[in-house]
Amino acid sequence: MSSKVYVTRSPTVAARKLGDETMIMSGLDSTLFTLDEVATIIWEAADGSKRLEEIVDSKICTEFEVERGKALLDAEALVEGLAGHGILQLSNEPLTSPISSRKADP
Amino acid sequence: MSTLMQEMSAKALELGVPLSVQVDLTYRCNERCVHCYLDHDDHGEMSTSEVKNLLDELASAGVLFLTLSGGEILLRKDFFQILEYARELTFCVKLKTNAILIRAAEAERIRSLNVDSIQVSIYSHRAEVHDAITKVPGSLKRSLDAIRFLKSYGLKAIVADVLMRQNAQDYPEVRMLAAELGAEFTLDPTITPKMDSNRSILGLNVSGEALQRVFRDESLIGNVEEFCAPPAKADEEALEALPCSAGHTACYVSPYGDVYPCVQFPMPSGNVRHTRFLDIWRHSHALKEVRSIRLRDLPTCSACAHVTACTRCPGLAYMEGNMRGPSLQDCEKSFARTGIPSTNLLSQAASLHGLVQIQASSPQSSVV
Repeated sequence: MSSKVYVTRSPTVAARKLGDETMIMSGLDSTLFTLDEVATIIWEAADGSKRLEEIVDSKICTEFEVERGKALLDAEALVEGLAGHGILQLSNEPLTSPISSRKADP
Repeated sequence: MSTLMQEMSAKALELGVPLSVQVDLTYRCNERCVHCYLDHDDHGEMSTSEVKNLLDELASAGVLFLTLSGGEILLRKDFFQILEYARELTFCVKLKTNAILIRAAEAERIRSLNVDSIQVSIYSHRAEVHDAITKVPGSLKRSLDAIRFLKSYGLKAIVADVLMRQNAQDYPEVRMLAAELGAEFTLDPTITPKMDSNRSILGLNVSGEALQRVFRDESLIGNVEEFCAPPAKADEEALEALPCSAGHTACYVSPYGDVYPCVQFPMPSGNVRHTRFLDIWRHSHALKEVRSIRLRDLPTCSACAHVTACTRCPGLAYMEGNMRGPSLQDCEKSFARTGIPSTNLLSQAASLHGLVQIQASSPQSSVV
């Protein structure tokens, strides 16, 4: 697993933002997951056009007081876990995300 | 319900988010089930663009769980267009259908759109019973074939059985049939009044004795002793609970755009053809009134021994004339479950005291 990968939301899942979190229902086995605030930022940015490290640099390191190396390691672990559940897709090439990321009205 | 789902529901309640919405796309149907609560004429269904606009609004309002039902959803020519759009908006979509229009091609399309589950109504393992209920010869075979198609594409199918006088003894076999098909099984023991509150079909409800048998079926209920135990005394905290999720984290939209707290709670709350869904959800006087009610506010039920364990449906109570009142059908279920009459049943029996002498076989007289 490398932070050089492109990440995109899987078209099989159902997802909705609830407050700062995101609820995600796996399309594989209907398991429900929740993403915390930071994971939600990565999820929303995962449109297949950016590498994971670009997302971490532009969305995480600018918003949170976190050391870049640790942020990258945490993001890699998160993305690997979500990919294992079929929630994110990983690629060495840019991808087009087939699903939208919609927030609830405030 | 999983712990995580409970947490999410609690958070949705706190934030005022309608987590689950049922949209009936049509009341038209290709079956004529004897117990159905709907008028099957088309009185002006929402167009494709109206439905899509509604789905946009529901997604923006935070709805995750979207149930598409009817009527028979596949009678809409634009059904797959709507379904595809719903999935683009990342709803977790559940379908309710009689499935008789589902063949391999439809099952494959549903699979490709990653639908969460498809609930199919099966009333008996015997064609003569099921087809007599739907009034469509051959409907059992077609529905079962459809479930097989759905399962062959790896979809989650749910067999939904409704208990009524015609099929009261068949549910164990329907349950076995569901298991053979690899489908989940649900059993609903309640026939509900028609949407216009016409109660003529309630005579189809099973007898109290039949309900008692169901509630003591260990294979269905699990721990019968626990399930049928006398209700625990309610404390003050328990009386602060909400009657149900209708209008709190869930609601219903009819094919004509009418918003109700629940499909079984047809209290007019607004219409999405005139008002944005979120404005109805947040500002409807009807929904605000529903949300204001706690168990302690129910004049009869708050003093009833069953108050915290009862399945009381505020929608059924509403259709009986008072959404804060008891729901007789749920009183009867609590009695069948525990053998302890509800405050409402006792009150009704008392008011019929004079009649009991001359109608000794009436259902009310058997309660006391």
